[in-house]
Amino acid sequence: MQIPDVKQKWPNPINEVTIGATKEEGGTRSHTITVGGANSLPFLYFEGELPHPPVIALEVWDVAPKDWPEELAKYFSDVWDDAGKWAKKCVDEFGADLVCLRLQGCDPDGENKGSDEAAAAVKKVLESVSAPLIIFGCGSDEKDNEVFPACSQAAAGERCLLGSITEDNYKTLVALCKADRHKLIAESPVDINIAKQVNILATDIGLAPEDIVIYPTTGALGYGIEYVYSIMERGRIAGLSGDKMWAMPILGDIGKEVWKVKEAKALQKEVPEWGDHTQRGPLWEAITATVYLQAGSDILIMRHPKAVAETKKYIESLTG
Amino acid sequence: MIFVGERINGGFKDIQKAIKEKDKSIIGRWAKIQTEAGADYLDVNMGALSNKLDDFVWMIETVQEVVSTPISIDSNKLSFIEKAIKLCHKSPLINSTTADKEKLDEIIPLAVESNASLIGLCMDKKGAPRDANKRVELGATLFSEAIEKGLPEDKLFLDPITMPLKFLQEQASSVLEAIRQFTLLSSPPPHIIIGLSNISSQTKEEELINRIFLVMCIEAGLDAAICDVTDEELVNSAITCELILNKQIYSDSFIKAYKESRKK
Repeated sequence: MQIPDVKQKWPNPINEVTIGATKEEGGTRSHTITVGGANSLPFLYFEGELPHPPVIALEVWDVAPKDWPEELAKYFSDVWDDAGKWAKKCVDEFGADLVCLRLQGCDPDGENKGSDEAAAAVKKVLESVSAPLIIFGCGSDEKDNEVFPACSQAAAGERCLLGSITEDNYKTLVALCKADRHKLIAESPVDINIAKQVNILATDIGLAPEDIVIYPTTGALGYGIEYVYSIMERGRIAGLSGDKMWAMPILGDIGKEVWKVKEAKALQKEVPEWGDHTQRGPLWEAITATVYLQAGSDILIMRHPKAVAETKKYIESLTG
Repeated sequence: MIFVGERINGGFKDIQKAIKEKDKSIIGRWAKIQTEAGADYLDVNMGALSNKLDDFVWMIETVQEVVSTPISIDSNKLSFIEKAIKLCHKSPLINSTTADKEKLDEIIPLAVESNASLIGLCMDKKGAPRDANKRVELGATLFSEAIEKGLPEDKLFLDPITMPLKFLQEQASSVLEAIRQFTLLSSPPPHIIIGLSNISSQTKEEELINRIFLVMCIEAGLDAAICDVTDEELVNSAITCELILNKQIYSDSFIKAYKESRKK
């Protein structure tokens, strides 16, 4: 008897999702970014095809952040009053594959900017960089539904990745994506079943599964990362095994989570035994990112330039 | 779960009539109905009415004119199978071979060469098995012959042979036992299939018996069935059983999601 081949064969590849549209495709981007397409678990090149390595988006806000620690401020405070300049710095200096514009300024508990201002920020970023764009709302369902129509219209044809829809709030964004040819981030609260359900709801009202990126929520290292990891891994295995509602690229919102936690933020003088915060912070973000890459993430949204550089190095070392 | 639609079979009167009168509409209709119900393969069987190769060819071509669902070539004649494989647009399922060495020597290389899957019946010249041990012994013979001749485990379907409950009641539990044993043959195991409708033959509660037996078999390790795919309760029960066994991920619309995912 022959020794059986132990390599796993997966019947169902993950969908490919292309973000950004060039002039020929009706947009103004210099290039597009495609993620997904894998028919094997992350980085197992001996086992299957993994045509598109993971990509990194750097985060840009439509308002100057008030609560970013000094370790981030020192890289961005010179440009963060202007989303266009901020985006340009991310692409030109820090090698962002994509720009993630977060419409934090629209937060009703913050500056409560209106849809005109949000759309203006979108336009500014589109004009100042040629990389594909992710646009994340401020997280308030009502406010996001109010500002997204103008933002989507301002970027019509650019094939942006818009986020996010949830189980309770998906109709507006799905309609916009279909009308203005964008892609969508489907968010769920670290729950394998709800992640699937959001996708069923969105596809039920006509969104193609090929237009969806799954965002199963992110936890920073030390803050539930193992739980998110197991959800992502199991979801990816289900997708590869044939579950079409999990056969989608996955997104991790790394920077936002990492820079909330004290282990990344605390200064050395506050907690001397934790060591140099200028090393610790970016390292915390880079380690969190690598964990999510191993779990199956295709797109990472990050903040610290050093963490981005380290994570890119890691991706390159594994993709060869 | 892999569903093989059983309905295009000369044992049914309307199919007999279709073959006799060369009426494409009846066969085409069943091809479509079963495909829409989620069949992964469509079984094509001439029944006892005809033994003409031309009729078999006509049936397969008629099905393929209407749908692109892969064909399950239901014949025990090697010459028919050889001809049918050449006609199939998509990689077919050969239904079936017994565990006799001389048959396996011919049919396994044919399956390998044509990239087809193969159903191996756990019976031989001596007839149908009487207990679980005999089924497992024949299953192991089929499995080792397949692997040795280069047919991978995911192309082999073992059929433990289902008998009518009404006449051979004790056989059902030995089928279940055999299925459990088959799952231990390798990791991952070969596919395990049954011709479901046999179990309820000539009973008054066909659908109920089919449904319960299918669920019990899936729990034991079955992952394929030749059955009435248009029986929605049956298909939904199988989907739910796989869900309970944690083979599918739950969502509130899990039946819908499962069916949608099978459409392409």
